[in-house]
Amino acid sequence: MAASAKTVTALKVNGVERKVEVDPTTPLLWVIREQLQLTGTKFGCGIAQCGACTVRVDGRAIRSCVTPVSSVQGQEIQTVEGLAPSEGTRHALQAAWIEHQVPQCGYCQSGQLMSAAALLDANPNPSDEDIDGAMDGNICRCGMYGRIKAAIKTAARNTAGGAPAADGEGPNHG
Amino acid sequence: MGKWTRRAFLTTGALVGGGFVAGIAVRPGNRSGELGPLVEGEGETLVQTWVKIGADNSVTVIVPHAEMGQGVGTALTQMLADELDADWDLVRFEYAPAIPEFANHPIAKGLLLAGVDLPEMIVPTVDGILIHAAQALDLQITGGSMSVRSTGVYGMRVAGAAVKEMLQHAAADAWGVPVDEVVARESRLLHAPSGRDEPYAAFATAASKLTPPAKPTLKSAAAFRIMGRHVERHDIPPKVDGTATFALDVQVPDMLYATVRRAPTFGGGVARVDDVKAREVEGVLDVVSLPAAGQSGIVGSFQAAESVAVVAEGYWPAKQGLDRLEIEWTETGNEGVTTEDLFAQFARDIDARVERETDVAEGDVAAAIASADRVIEADYRVPYLAHTCMEPMNAVASVADGACELWVGSQSPLGFRMAVASALGLDVENVTVHNCFIGGGFGRKSRADYAVQAAQISAAVGRPVKLIWSREEDVRQDYYRPAVLSRFRAGLDAGGNLIAWENTYVDKGEPVEAPLIPYSVAARDIGYVDSPTHVPFGAWRSVDHSQHGFFTESFIDEVAAAAGQDPYAYRAERLKDAPRLLAVLRKAAEEADWGTPLGAGRGRGISLQESFGSVVAQVVEVTVVEGKIQVDRVVAAVDAGLAVSPDGLTAQIESGIAYGLTAALYGEITIRDGAVEQSNFHDYPALRMSAAPVIETYIINSGHTIGGAGEPGTPGIAPALANAIYDATGLRVRQMPMSGVDLENADRETAV
Repeated sequence: MAASAKTVTALKVNGVERKVEVDPTTPLLWVIREQLQLTGTKFGCGIAQCGACTVRVDGRAIRSCVTPVSSVQGQEIQTVEGLAPSEGTRHALQAAWIEHQVPQCGYCQSGQLMSAAALLDANPNPSDEDIDGAMDGNICRCGMYGRIKAAIKTAARNTAGGAPAADGEGPNHG
Repeated sequence: MGKWTRRAFLTTGALVGGGFVAGIAVRPGNRSGELGPLVEGEGETLVQTWVKIGADNSVTVIVPHAEMGQGVGTALTQMLADELDADWDLVRFEYAPAIPEFANHPIAKGLLLAGVDLPEMIVPTVDGILIHAAQALDLQITGGSMSVRSTGVYGMRVAGAAVKEMLQHAAADAWGVPVDEVVARESRLLHAPSGRDEPYAAFATAASKLTPPAKPTLKSAAAFRIMGRHVERHDIPPKVDGTATFALDVQVPDMLYATVRRAPTFGGGVARVDDVKAREVEGVLDVVSLPAAGQSGIVGSFQAAESVAVVAEGYWPAKQGLDRLEIEWTETGNEGVTTEDLFAQFARDIDARVERETDVAEGDVAAAIASADRVIEADYRVPYLAHTCMEPMNAVASVADGACELWVGSQSPLGFRMAVASALGLDVENVTVHNCFIGGGFGRKSRADYAVQAAQISAAVGRPVKLIWSREEDVRQDYYRPAVLSRFRAGLDAGGNLIAWENTYVDKGEPVEAPLIPYSVAARDIGYVDSPTHVPFGAWRSVDHSQHGFFTESFIDEVAAAAGQDPYAYRAERLKDAPRLLAVLRKAAEEADWGTPLGAGRGRGISLQESFGSVVAQVVEVTVVEGKIQVDRVVAAVDAGLAVSPDGLTAQIESGIAYGLTAALYGEITIRDGAVEQSNFHDYPALRMSAAPVIETYIINSGHTIGGAGEPGTPGIAPALANAIYDATGLRVRQMPMSGVDLENADRETAV
């Protein structure tokens, strides 16, 4: 069966209404990356096995590589570009990721962050088992699982304390 | 396509035979005048090849290595900035352009000298020779855990010290004071007698016209301020907000998308393509057949068979089109080959010992075996492995008017440049490579096959093209970690002492010392036979240490068990002449509470491996319940001489262990019908969080020559785990992946 004809789909991404004209069966991942040019969300496997493409839809972490764009019309889609509360700030998870020096190659990290964000919104004080359960769908080939787990706990603590995430923008960007 | 002989690919042999060391003595002058326009931004002055100083007194270090997760830019920048006495808050780095002038020639030195320590006094002279050697070899490679220990030690530190002296001379000239009264500190130049105090930036232009000193004075370790200190990695902030640019993220005007397929049986060509159904997919624009390509004589030599590409408005229609192609492949003669055939071939070749070559032969092994009180034998094997970098193979290419612009994640950008030029018949000067952040490399991204495909497609369609491989193509068209069979025999005397060690394995690779053991034994004979297959192979994190570390560190455990002795004590007893290794082994054992009892179903295993100039010992704690393996804890001790970036080294050890643990537990590429059976993470799994152990890393700064970080963590995890499983269950696991072994029903006498 050939792909369906292009139709106009209305999306709400990071709080902004966007209209795209694509085959409605196209996975959300490719619409986000190619039509909307939000490239922080990555392609890793195409079959919902690795989690690199994780975004949030109405708060839930989903694998955008197997989610037809037509199925998320009108829902709140959040990508890593929309994770920080406002321009020039960082989400508590992003600050914790830097504190624990989590990323190595960094390719899986936007997916990791989006899964973690969904976890903390649903469960502000997760146990180790809760974290394993929420994060097991996200592969990190650099193997930074210990640091990811520690950073989630730090972010949970900082969020519970109500401390705003500091903007740690330094002069040393490579 | 023929069979792959590993011996033909040994780079050290090729380099050492190159004759670069004798005869020529070229000393580099200051090339900043000619290089400056290539890298200078507004207000910046290139003072020396690797250092820019800005009008705002910032220091920018130019890093000739790719960033694939190892934090190389930050560690190398620390080394240069420390010797330069720069203010760390004013220091940043950028990646070198992919042109030969920025070749990482210290790597050539490391390869040429094969790890031999270089007396500091000959460094400048050899440097001069090696600039030319590296340029000739197109070395801008990132691999072999070489960045810090070669580029850092021989390049960045020397450059930082040289630029400091140039700035001091420039200030002394301007102020009319003796140079030895000018002090450099925190990016400022000071002259105490006159009270002068000016930033480095004031003298950058004058310094850039000076000839770098041939032998700048390097700091002693006691004077290091930035090396050895924890600093945050510069590349991490853009990796948490989605702004870090990987090749997959590059957008070029007028760009199309493409995806490709090669013959599943390696080496097969394209006989016939029926693309009618593919072209019916809306958004598909073209289907093109791509010729075979290859490049030899570079680091990352490769051969790639023909492929078929679908070009479309986006990746999704391209993939839909690819799935609708009907392709008939040419026969290679390997269509019936299976993994079992290959291991049977390995066993036959080892049995026949045809043209067996020797790594090391000392003492009379035959006599020692004949006189032994006890002889033990074992065969170990490991399967082929794919790399499965998180970022699948991809590249953006724009070919027009006899030139190619390429955006790619590459461990060898100069090699890629040459390969693309060669494949398209372009002058190499007309190929521009923009190297991006690499979403995992592990050795795979030293082979330019995917970049060549992108350029071929762009040339065919006359538009810029982003080529993205599916994960399935990535798993099935890799340059695999080779499968190996290794046969051991050991002789013990009545006291349990090891008196003979005999080992024959298939296929020699790199590093050449990987199969050697550090333990004292009077008679040993270690060698190999060639057993080529049709399966393409390549470097895989820690290369041959990843196989031989498992083999030798498991078999020495068998020897200790046969002697009825504790495996840690047995190793330690045989390291009396290797105090550095013994100290690392002891550290791991102590931190892991070696010898304290564990509960039922639990076990502890130890391993020791020196690789890439660093020594790592690991102790694994495992729980085996109903045959299921849970790795609870890994304690690693590492001596890399000096941890330039302590948290960076720790992170690399953690990562190396996780990568090795994926292989130990799950990794297996099998061959059927001459092709790879696996395709994606569902049948080629990776370690996930719930199975990941707690990893504790302990750093020893012994003061030895600085060693590598990216790979040394990988070899020791599999043997430590196998030894822990033995401790827990009494079963000796002699193959990977271990999760595939039936530990519940295994025969305890014959082991598995």
